[in-house]
Amino acid sequence: MSNAANLTFSQPTRHMTQETHHDYTGSKLGMWIFLVTEMLLFGGLFLVYAVYRYMHPADFHNAAQDLNVFIGTVNTCILLTSSLTMALSIATLQKGQRQAAVWLLLTTILLGIIFLVNKYFEWTAKIHHGIYPNSAEMLRFPQGEILFFGLYYVMTGLHGVHVVAGVVLLSIMVNVIRRKPCDVHVFGAASPGPAGVRRLTLTDATGHEMWTSEGIGELIDSVSVVVNYRPSEGRMRPQDYVALENCGLYWHLVDIIWIFLFPLFYLIT
Amino acid sequence: MTAAVIAAAPREPSYLAYRGRYSGILGWIFSLDHKRIGVMYLIAQAVFFLVGASLGVTMRLQLMRPDNHLVQPQVYNALFTLHGVIMIFLFVIPSLSASFGNFFLPILIGAKDVSFPKLNLMSWYLFMIGAVVALMSLFTGNGPPDTGWTFYVPYSIRTSTNVVMGLTGVFIIGFSSILTGLNFITTVHRLRAPGMSWFRMPLFVWALYATAWIQVLATPILGITLALVVVERLAGVGIFDPAKGGDPILYQHLFWIYSHPAVYIMILPAMGAITEIIPTFSHRTIFGYKAIAMSSMAIALLGSLVWGHHMFVSGQSDVADITFSLLTFLVAIPSAVKVFNWTATLYKGSIVLEAPMLYALSFIFLFSIGGLTGLMQGALAVDVHLHDTAFIVGHFHYVMFGGTGFGFFAALHYWFPKMFGRSYSDKVARLAWGILFVGFNTLYFPFLILGWLGMPRRYYTYSFPQFASLEMLSTVGSWILVTGILLMVGNFLHAALKGARAEDNPWGGVTLDWKIPSPPPLENFEQIPVITQGPYDGFEGQAPR
Repeated sequence: MSNAANLTFSQPTRHMTQETHHDYTGSKLGMWIFLVTEMLLFGGLFLVYAVYRYMHPADFHNAAQDLNVFIGTVNTCILLTSSLTMALSIATLQKGQRQAAVWLLLTTILLGIIFLVNKYFEWTAKIHHGIYPNSAEMLRFPQGEILFFGLYYVMTGLHGVHVVAGVVLLSIMVNVIRRKPCDVHVFGAASPGPAGVRRLTLTDATGHEMWTSEGIGELIDSVSVVVNYRPSEGRMRPQDYVALENCGLYWHLVDIIWIFLFPLFYLIT
Repeated sequence: MTAAVIAAAPREPSYLAYRGRYSGILGWIFSLDHKRIGVMYLIAQAVFFLVGASLGVTMRLQLMRPDNHLVQPQVYNALFTLHGVIMIFLFVIPSLSASFGNFFLPILIGAKDVSFPKLNLMSWYLFMIGAVVALMSLFTGNGPPDTGWTFYVPYSIRTSTNVVMGLTGVFIIGFSSILTGLNFITTVHRLRAPGMSWFRMPLFVWALYATAWIQVLATPILGITLALVVVERLAGVGIFDPAKGGDPILYQHLFWIYSHPAVYIMILPAMGAITEIIPTFSHRTIFGYKAIAMSSMAIALLGSLVWGHHMFVSGQSDVADITFSLLTFLVAIPSAVKVFNWTATLYKGSIVLEAPMLYALSFIFLFSIGGLTGLMQGALAVDVHLHDTAFIVGHFHYVMFGGTGFGFFAALHYWFPKMFGRSYSDKVARLAWGILFVGFNTLYFPFLILGWLGMPRRYYTYSFPQFASLEMLSTVGSWILVTGILLMVGNFLHAALKGARAEDNPWGGVTLDWKIPSPPPLENFEQIPVITQGPYDGFEGQAPR
């Protein structure tokens, strides 16, 4: 839960402990709660969909025939593949293979962008045919079809916004993984006073000695040490990959919402 | 507030005196310290409360006499909308949770801070941005929204006023509320001190925990509902537009799925604070600890299932009406459990009537009136008579102002010495309480009678001379109430600037907040405490539970 290292003067003993708070379980818990709120956000829309489909089953059936199942299917495959690359990216990072993780993450981002491009063409084709909210063409439709397309634009639109957010988030993560994971610890210790040869010792939390300094002269009365921690293969800690894991959870949620949107709009004919 | 720094004995500098990377105002608005963030919420809320209160007083002046034309009808519509939006979304929804919750949640569970300090600061920024956007709707576009705080469709999609901006502000505030809830849940799960088991947590923490769950589970529904109204206005998708097949009743369902649980977001933390105050000033451990803790969770659960009682006359099916009516009666049970437990705690206690206790006791009285009038409206036949009358307004203000408002004042008087290290004048505080209590009842009790006689809510004016005397009485009450509020505010300002140094434990409390210096040091505890007993054990002459 916490990551502490101790800097000690060899005599007389004096500790300076610097504590950084890393709570892996806490981060995951927070993310899961956030995902619950996302599900409820879409849940409101699914509720609206359910009510209106119950009220206008025939209109929903007719309107759904206007959607292009092929593009929908392609987009479903794209998003599912992106979830796979996302999961692989996390798995490789956990093993410390940072380069591979970055490439898999870039693939995920690319797939997300392709999804959005497809969506763009799908929407513009619809708008081209005069099917968009409040258009003269659409106002001639039966009420159920107006509602179907209204919901289509709102729900896929909100989902699209989430994909955009995901792409931005993952792009930030690319930078984070490339630069980091790396912790910097700064320790400071004050001199205990003039008595014998004094040395600085850096120990880990278990008391194991990691580093000892040269003897320190009497005129020096405070010392500070900067420690850079860089994880390598086999030395990955949960806090080094928890951020990517959380981004992955978000990406999978965006994916799974699409898994529900796809049949509800494209496959109900 | 930085003026309140007091040189103390050789102990760690307080969070007010602590110098970080930034100083002055930047040291506050960039601070990740939960205590500073709590204080910033407190100041913001106090300002919004005073703005909302002055709008309310203006409405009372308009209703003072029959056929009065002090303000234009459109202005009156804007007044009740803004009074509602400001008071609800900027004062009572964050209420004790954002301010006192942020400040005391980590302290009461023996932690140094919340789980996600950066997210915490971000919530504050979102809150302020949302507030600014909501307030900007006043001055931009085609005038302030005039829909009432409920934003009912289809009027809210037809009116030409600046609804979109108001809704956007509320949406952003909702996001802030979700993030605070998420942070509190994680903090309670992960950062309790060693030995602090679930049933050793102070009951304020339990209340905050239950509130946080409602915030997280209910707010997204409001978010999407308001977003749909915005989309409806901007693009005309038709989801709530009856002309295109949309269903306005569906909007009401979605709105109240959030907004009924929201009233428990407002009241639960206040109940939690009252639960801290009553044992301290009775010098006696709380009666029925587990019952109170569980009643908070029960309120959170049942409160999420009663939204339909706002719609008894909206065209719901009879089955829905009866079900929601039954559930409404059920939710009164956990609230009553709390009231009985508070009363039982007083029994054979050594009661000291200091200012916080006076507020706490008046909370019980006013909340009981609010709760019982709520049950009257929960009865189907009676509600047909009372729906959309001033009775509803009276009930709501007894719960929200008499409940949450007085709970807020109680918490402020209780924790002010701890937060700022200064003492306020007890004499002035008691006097202000007396004026507030009298003013409150003079203002709002006539609403209950007027509503019963048939005075509708949200009406610009009225012509019946029968209503005149009660409306006048109510307006006089608003002047008394404002006097009390100003006296209280003045007392606190004077204390913050010139008050005497407060002791670490002025009331003899036993929870962790009273075991650290006033004001607390940056990291709250020199050493993380190890908890070995219940939160209310340790009053003199009391055997441990």
